[in-house]
Amino acid sequence: MKTLSELAPRAPVPEPRDGAGSPRPLRIGSFSRLWLPRRAVILVVLVAVLLLAAGISLATGDYPVPLFSVPDVLLGGGDPLDRFTILQLRAPRTAIGVLVGVALGFAGALTQTVTRNPIASPDILGVSAGAGVGALTVIVLGSNTIVGTVVAVPAAALAGGLIAAVLVYTLAWRGGVDGFRLILVGIAINAVLVALTTWMLAGARIAQATEATVWLTGSLEGRTWEQFWPVTVAVGLFSALSIVVVRSLPALMLGDDSAAALGVRVGASKTVLLIIAVGLTAFSVSAAGPIGFVAFVAPQIALRVTGAAAPPLLISALMGACLVTASDLIARTLLPSPLPVGIVTTAIGGPFLIYLIIRTNRRAAA
Amino acid sequence: MTEPSSPLVARDITLGYGRSSIIDGLNVSIPAGSVTTIIGPNGCGKSTLLRGFGRLLRTREGEILLHGAPIDGMRTRDIARRVAILPQAPSAPEGLTVAELVSRGRHPHQSWARQWSSDDEAEIGAALALTGMTHLAGRPIDELSGGQRQRAWIAMTLAQGTEILLLDEPTTYLDLAHAVDVLDLVDRLNDELGRTVLMVLHDLNLAARYSDRIIVMKEGRVVTVGTPQETITVEMLREVFGLSATVMIDDESGAPTVIPHSTRRATRIPVD
Repeated sequence: MKTLSELAPRAPVPEPRDGAGSPRPLRIGSFSRLWLPRRAVILVVLVAVLLLAAGISLATGDYPVPLFSVPDVLLGGGDPLDRFTILQLRAPRTAIGVLVGVALGFAGALTQTVTRNPIASPDILGVSAGAGVGALTVIVLGSNTIVGTVVAVPAAALAGGLIAAVLVYTLAWRGGVDGFRLILVGIAINAVLVALTTWMLAGARIAQATEATVWLTGSLEGRTWEQFWPVTVAVGLFSALSIVVVRSLPALMLGDDSAAALGVRVGASKTVLLIIAVGLTAFSVSAAGPIGFVAFVAPQIALRVTGAAAPPLLISALMGACLVTASDLIARTLLPSPLPVGIVTTAIGGPFLIYLIIRTNRRAAA
Repeated sequence: MTEPSSPLVARDITLGYGRSSIIDGLNVSIPAGSVTTIIGPNGCGKSTLLRGFGRLLRTREGEILLHGAPIDGMRTRDIARRVAILPQAPSAPEGLTVAELVSRGRHPHQSWARQWSSDDEAEIGAALALTGMTHLAGRPIDELSGGQRQRAWIAMTLAQGTEILLLDEPTTYLDLAHAVDVLDLVDRLNDELGRTVLMVLHDLNLAARYSDRIIVMKEGRVVTVGTPQETITVEMLREVFGLSATVMIDDESGAPTVIPHSTRRATRIPVD
């Protein structure tokens, strides 16, 4: 069959985006990609910011370590007291913060793209709250064992997150899922789950209720390597799974009909992508509690920084990591008394949500 | 009715949404290398039939054959390499540029490793050039006029590089001059590249001017199939559209031209 190029043989190379630096084709053998230099620059900047924030986070505390000796300690050198402070006391907290941020940023970018709605992120649609109820059940019942922390809490969080997601999706379903109905149902389910949480706390013993309350605001306080491993394995597994399915995202952004016309198995692709998002959210909740608004805000900042039509996944993930790490640093150091990281992220995310809802309404009215 | 050279054949198909069926027991075949247009009054099932041919809607009964094989059992991707469908009123996310939209047309030809081959680049460039969109390639779709937007989507469908094109009202939102541009392009793709085209059009005169074959539908059934001269007649217009009209033959193209009668307006034209 003849190709289009035979009708218009010397067509110029298209510019995918004005003012974003010239996109460049990258071809090695049969491997090919189009890459945008500006995105590569943003990626490098974010990695640098993240390394710096993580470094300051490791160096700062009751026993300060000079920032320049942090790399030394991480590479196996340094003073024994510095080593103990950084590797045993602070590193789990910092590492969990980075991973949780990556998981939330990535999960938010996936759900926002699949549902074609900027407000549809796991923390607003009740998935985080569902995972929270799951994990809380285990905490209230008493799980001060390693098995409890490494297996039971993450498993219960995953179950809770999945149940919440299925519930929201089923209730919003009416021969298809309309974006606005999904959000209304999501917010309602979220409210129900928050109420359930309060009820569970009221019935718990004082010691556990106190622990649970701190955990519920989203905290990185007192994290150990035990909480690090489940979330690490989850981020690894779900990222590996996503490498294959994310290829359908550019087509899914055009709506179900267009995606199907382009050869995407719409139902199957959407389901797998949403399971990945729910899984990442649930494991991050099990490690650090429901850190509010990161899954919602990080992809939206990534979207605005890149000027893309949908949040770029890798940049959203890194943005999430920077957001959690920097917020935790602020919560620990700049505020008069140390607060859980979730309070800082919520303080940033709440106003942003209001801004976005107002803007969406104006657009709909215009 | 089934011809061996038909790339697309509908055999006793029933199509519908929810519990109600819109098309019931329909048979039709699309000849290879032709431009076929479905016409009919609003709600007669034109778009539903087109969606069925593109498998955006699965048949409840009967089957649709693509080169003799039932499309029901085919992989979505294999269909997408042979049949491109432009749905009615598609929507792109805010901020997506023309070039980004058109490049998505290459999706069925790409793999995990190969996502911007020199073939992709050449076909995208050609699709942009053929639709006259090259100079707008870097612009976001939401900043374009209705006509430019429609051409961008057509360019995406072309970039898919399929032998069969299904177009659901490709001239919506276009003024007459732009509508003619788009249909001239369709004609060129058919004539010079041998593409088989099946489209839905509302404008009967454009349908008559640009089609080899016309499928006339009413209430989910095929009323008649034939050349524009055979199908667009005074009787058909009265029976199918409930329209009283004169049909004239255009001297230049030989295509039938519909001139609707008005029961009101005629009395208001001043006679002197």
